[in-house]
This record gives sequence, C-alpha cells and structure tokens, in this order.
Amino acid sequence: MLALLGENGAGKTTLMNMLFGHYMPDAGNVEVVDQQGQLVPLALGHPQAALAAGIGMVHQHFTLAENLNALDNIVLGSESLRLFKRNRSGARRKIEGIMEHTGLNVQLDVPVGRLSVGERQRVEILKALYRDVRILVLDEPTAVLTPQEADTLFEKIGAMTREGLSVIFISHKLREVLAFSQRIAVLRHGVKVGEIATKDADERAIARMMVGADTPKIPREDMAAGDDVLQLKDVSIVGRAKRDSITHLDLSVRRHEIVGVAGVSGNGQSALAALISGLVAPTSGTVAIDDAPVSMFAPQNMVQQGIGRIPEDRHHNGIVGDMSVAENMVIERLGDPQIQSRGLLKQDAITANAQRLASEYDVRGPGVHARARLLSGGNIQKMILARVFEQDPKLILANQPTRGLDMGAAAEVARRLLEARARGAGVVLISDDLDEILSLADRIFVIHDGQLVAAESRDREEIGLMMAGQVA
Amino acid sequence: MIRIEPRQAPSRLMTLGIPVLSAVIALALATIPLAFAGASIGQAYVEMFKGVFGSVFAFTEMLTRATPLIFTGLAAALAFRARLWNIGAEGQLYLGAMAAVAVGSGAFDLPAIFLIPVIVILGCAAGAVGMVVPTVLKSRFGADEVVTTLLLNFIILIFLQMMLEGALKDPMGLGWPQSPPILDQGMLPPLMDRMRVHSGLIIALVVAVIAQFMLVRSVWGFKLRAVGENAAAAGHAGIGVNRSLMSVAIVSGALAGMAGVSEVAGLKGYLTADISPGFGYTGIVVAMLAGLSPIGVVISAMFIASVFVGADSMSRAMGVSSYLADLVVSISLLCVLIGGFSARYRITRINRQREQSA
Repeated sequence: MLALLGENGAGKTTLMNMLFGHYMPDAGNVEVVDQQGQLVPLALGHPQAALAAGIGMVHQHFTLAENLNALDNIVLGSESLRLFKRNRSGARRKIEGIMEHTGLNVQLDVPVGRLSVGERQRVEILKALYRDVRILVLDEPTAVLTPQEADTLFEKIGAMTREGLSVIFISHKLREVLAFSQRIAVLRHGVKVGEIATKDADERAIARMMVGADTPKIPREDMAAGDDVLQLKDVSIVGRAKRDSITHLDLSVRRHEIVGVAGVSGNGQSALAALISGLVAPTSGTVAIDDAPVSMFAPQNMVQQGIGRIPEDRHHNGIVGDMSVAENMVIERLGDPQIQSRGLLKQDAITANAQRLASEYDVRGPGVHARARLLSGGNIQKMILARVFEQDPKLILANQPTRGLDMGAAAEVARRLLEARARGAGVVLISDDLDEILSLADRIFVIHDGQLVAAESRDREEIGLMMAGQVA
Repeated sequence: MIRIEPRQAPSRLMTLGIPVLSAVIALALATIPLAFAGASIGQAYVEMFKGVFGSVFAFTEMLTRATPLIFTGLAAALAFRARLWNIGAEGQLYLGAMAAVAVGSGAFDLPAIFLIPVIVILGCAAGAVGMVVPTVLKSRFGADEVVTTLLLNFIILIFLQMMLEGALKDPMGLGWPQSPPILDQGMLPPLMDRMRVHSGLIIALVVAVIAQFMLVRSVWGFKLRAVGENAAAAGHAGIGVNRSLMSVAIVSGALAGMAGVSEVAGLKGYLTADISPGFGYTGIVVAMLAGLSPIGVVISAMFIASVFVGADSMSRAMGVSSYLADLVVSISLLCVLIGGFSARYRITRINRQREQSA
C-alpha cells in the first residue's frame, strides 16, 4: 500500500488521473505489469485501457448513479452493449463472493441515493474489484468517513493487499498514512520530492517533506472567556433534507473563545452555518446576539450585527469569481459611506482598501483589479479573511476554513482566528478535521444527525465515536 | 493532439477585436450566398456601402433604424448581465407602444413639454410591467423567465391585435387595424428637416451612456453584476438577489417599452401590429455582439442597422433578396459566439513523442 502525500495542488490527483487515462500526459510513459509479469506500456488517455490493464480508481467525489441500486452501479459499464440479456444473477454471485471475501458489505438492491456515504464508498471500491483490478487507486477515501469507519476500511484493504492487490491512496491525514501504508511518496509542486518506507517515517519528517520546512506550531495561549456573544436556545431548522436540518440545538459562544463543532459532514453543519450567516431563519427557538434577540435573518443584518462569516464553499459562496479582487473585498459593505456616496462607488477608496488589505493579509495574485477567480485557493481564503477580519467582527463563523488549503495557508487561517479570539471575538469553528478542532477550540461540541452534544473529553477516540452517533 | 484550455484573462485587444473581426468574417461569409444569387460581389458591397454612407439621407435612415435597436439592445444587455434572460423585449416594445398611443392620441390635450414626458413615462412603465410579471413568477415560483418572457410576446401581440380592432382602433382609419395618430405635440421632434431621424436617437444615446456609467460606477450596477456572476455569493454577502433582479427587470422592461414609444411617437405616428420587424429579438443579437456592454450596444446596433439598411438598398439596386441582411446578422451572431469562445479558451497543439517500445 503506497500512500501519496502532498499539499493541495501538489499534483496528486493529476498524477492519478493520468494513470487512469482521464488526463493525457504531455510527455512520458506509464508501464504496468501484465498477467505474465512483464512490464508493458499503457495506452495513455484511455480509461478503458487502464481498466483492461487492471487499474481501478475510486474518485474523491463519487461517480455513482444515485437512482440505480448498488448492483447496477457496480456492473455499469462492464457489460456489453450489444447483448440483449443481462446476466444479473451471475453478476450478483460474483459481487457477493467479493463481499464475503473482503468483508466490504453493502445492500445491493437499495438505490445508491439512499445509502450512507460509507456504503457508497464501498460500492465504489466493489466497482473496481468487480473488474478484477490489480492496482486500486483511492483518492482521499476517508475524507467523508468517521475515524472508526476509516480504520475499518483500511484494515479490510490491508487484508486485500496481503493477497496481492496493490493500492495507491491519496490522503491528507498523516495519521492514517502512518498507520496503514507500507511506503510513502511525497509530491510538492508537481515533483516527487521524496519516498520513504513507512516504518522509517514520522509525522514531522513527512510534514517537512511536504512543505519543505518544519511545520510551524501554533502558539495558543490560555484565555478567560468573556460574556456570551451568541446564544442559540432550543433552535430547530426543518430543512429540505436531513442534512439541512438541526433539532433542539442549544449553543452559547462567549467572547475570547473558540467553540469547535466537530462532525462528519452532512450532519447539520450546513444548517447551523446558514442560520448564523443569516441565510435561513429558525423554524423554532431563539437566537440572540449580545443578549438581544435576532428577529431578521438576512445576511445583511448579520453583517451589520458584527458577525463575520467564512463560508464553507469559498468559490461558490465566498467570492464572485468574475469580479475583481478589490470589488470582492467590499462586497459585504456596499452601504458603507467609505465605499459609496449616494449610490455611486468610490473607486479610489475601493482600490486603496484592496491594496492595503492585500499587503496586510498577504493576498498574492495578479493584482487587485484582476478577477478573483485567478487567485489560488489559499489566496482566495486570505482575501475572505481580510474582508471578514477588517470589520472587526465580534463573532466569527468559520465553516471548514482550512479545507483544501495547504499547510502554510491553513496555519495563517489558524493564526488569524486566534488573533480574533485574543481581540475579544467569539469564534464558531465548524470543521470535519478533528485535529484542527483539537488544536484550536476552547470547547468542543459534536454534531450528529442534527443534534449538538458537548464533548466531555478531548480524547479523539471518544469524539470519533460521538461523530458516528454511538454515544449520546 | 490538440487541447482546449481556458485562457487566464482575455486581453483588452481581444474583447474589442473579436466583435469587429466577427462582423468582418460575417460579411466575408455572406459573399457565398451572394455568389449563388448570381450577383457581382464587389458591386453588391459597393451598393450596400452606398446604402448606408452614400448620402445624408441614407445615413440618417441607418440611424433611424438603429434607434429602437439601441433601446432593445440595452434592455437585453442589462438584463443578461444579471443573468435575467429577458427574451420578451418584443412584447414589452408593443406594450410601450400601446401605452404611448393610448395616452398620446388625444386622451390628454397637453402642450408638448408635458405630453411628451407623460407618453415616455407611461410607455416605459408599460414595458416594465411586461418584465416585472415574469420576474415575480421567477422569484416566487421559480418559473423559467426564458419561457415566460418568450411566450408573453405572443400573448401581447394577440392582445395588441385585439386592441387595434377594438379600444385602440382609429375611427377614421377606414377600417384598417391601426390606432389613432399621436397628437402633433406628442411627437418626438425630428432632428433634421425632411429626414426621418428623430430625437429618440438622442434619448437612446444618453440612456446608453447613463447605463454604462451606472453599470460600472454605481452600487446598483455592482449588485447587478454580482448577482449575475454568482447569485449564491451575492446573496451570502448580503445583496438582496430578488430585489436586484426586480430592479433590473424594471429597467430592462422600461427600455424595451421605450423602443416602442420611440417608434410610434418618433417615427410612425400611429400604431399597427407590424411596427417592429423583430426589434426585440434583434436586440438580443445586438447585446451579444456588444459583449453586453451598453456603449458597445450603440456600436453594434449601428452595425446591424447598417446591414439591414444597406442590404435593402443593395437588393433594390441589384435584384437580390433583402433576406441577405438577416443572413449577415445571423452569421455575425454565430461568429461572435465562436469568437467569444476563442477569447475564453485557447486551442493548443501538443507534440508528444510516443516511444513505441515493445
């Protein structure tokens, strides 16, 4: 089992997509061992050729047809289009054989749309195994799993490798890489910078290879929390789907405090975030900011109340990609007399504001008048941080603030959040990265199935169980 | 191997050059059907050119034709900037025209200084109503405005025919389905003696400049662009998405209504069911050709008006069908769409040596 590591944008997925024929390399060859044990060149740019050579890939974002059941998803594409009759019973026997052998069990007759994320992942893996792959590529297989689910998955895959399966997996989680892989390859800026046997590796050594330097340890001083800045009392939101709902949720956030909300994504985090962002109103219950009940749930009102919001999907909700960096930096304060007077924009003030913030927050890119989408993910996030922190918010909602960021940018986000805490802000940190929550939060809650439960201890095992809903 | 990849940022030269190049290519491609029609190509284009620039009259005729296209082009450009797909400018134009004759043909006997503003304002208001209704349906019920605005065109046209046979029918019109004429003091003054070009053109040019300024410099334009480029982010940032859409709907509908006012109160004097040879739909082409820029709309409206007027006079001089004009306009649009794609993406050749090893 080879683990492929690297910061975001290091080229891990690109490399694997070339292996699987999704991307065409500009130069170079791929060689795969055939049935006779001979290295033969792989026809590039053809997923069918990769499959024929025994390479299977499980993408980070599932590629399943949600309206079909697991059985149909698994056989999809492997049947001849010219036959009239499908051999479903044969397929079922084969899949059941694989499930029995590997311990990867799923319900075959239920539409995939109704399966849990973990089950869908297993369907993806079964899809590859059904095609008799000898090399299995897993792109961030555990991003959506609880720690326990992840461990179980890796144990089963480990058993398969002992029977001759080769596995390449991409991960950001150093813990699982160290626990389950045999070899680690590290990419940085599209170059392989190192390869190491797992038994000789430790976290710091790997991190050093990934970023090219020691990771900065975030200094976090103890601090006495102040008055409540946000109170949620018995708040319920009935959303369209379970993932958009929360039930009877109580939460208070104080000044000088970071409250961490851990959980597997899709358990109500988006509803909680939408509530604090002002995008939805609670179905029942009360929300108070500085002890004053909120009656108007609109983003504009929340911004005026002094709530800074760092959205989960920064490309979708955070920026208007085709508008300039300067414009994106003032998009939340269009009523501000510093930005406009009598409905006309103060262009010079907007430019000056952007230049100042870009240098203060180290937003790098082609300039403040360039379109925001030209910035890298880390710089987009820095731009959003600049926009939020510049308003000196008393409460900050940080929803997955470091997702998809490399270590340097993630450390910057953490530093800014701690700085805001020191300045007296309350922070709600929603993250599915438990390590991030453990390193930043003063108090930890776990959200599962729309319900928020305080974590009694900071033990990752116990919090992991709570994330899976196993402890009330 | 070729590969299509997005460009980082389209250069200024490209954003300006592509529409021009598209227009030139469209004219070049139009030589093919011209040749099939058996006309001398060189002479055809000379006639076409003369038809636009050959005399003061020809040139003013082009400007007269461009005037409603500027209004409908602006209506489309502003709405499309907010990703509000107003395909209903044709219907809104007729709503504006109906309002203009309803108030201008004798309902109020006011002096020009009062009557003209009343006609303009009510005409714009009627056009705005024609766009507000689909926008309410969109924000309330999620009804696709492409469908509703398009279908409203036909409803309004049939309503117009009913009115021209009924309430708006001219009693002195010898039975023709036409409205009574707008009072003399209600007419937009002509700009030149014995020419048809009228002060609607001045209004159009002023409105285009204001629209350009507002789009780039005002908070209103900022919100409109933000909503158009990414409604989710705009909403998250506290911009009222539905309010922005509604305000742009009002402006867009009013501009299309103004096109109708300008045609009846500037040019024709009375309303028939055929005052617009598809100005509303051509406005979409004008806006696309202009890259949705208000100032660009003025230029592209004049280009398209030139093609129509020029082709008319060419067809008279050479006996070639004037439908050629439609052909040139359509080819231009296709060229602009292809050109717009090539501005955003580049096609690169990749040379790779495939070592054929055993």
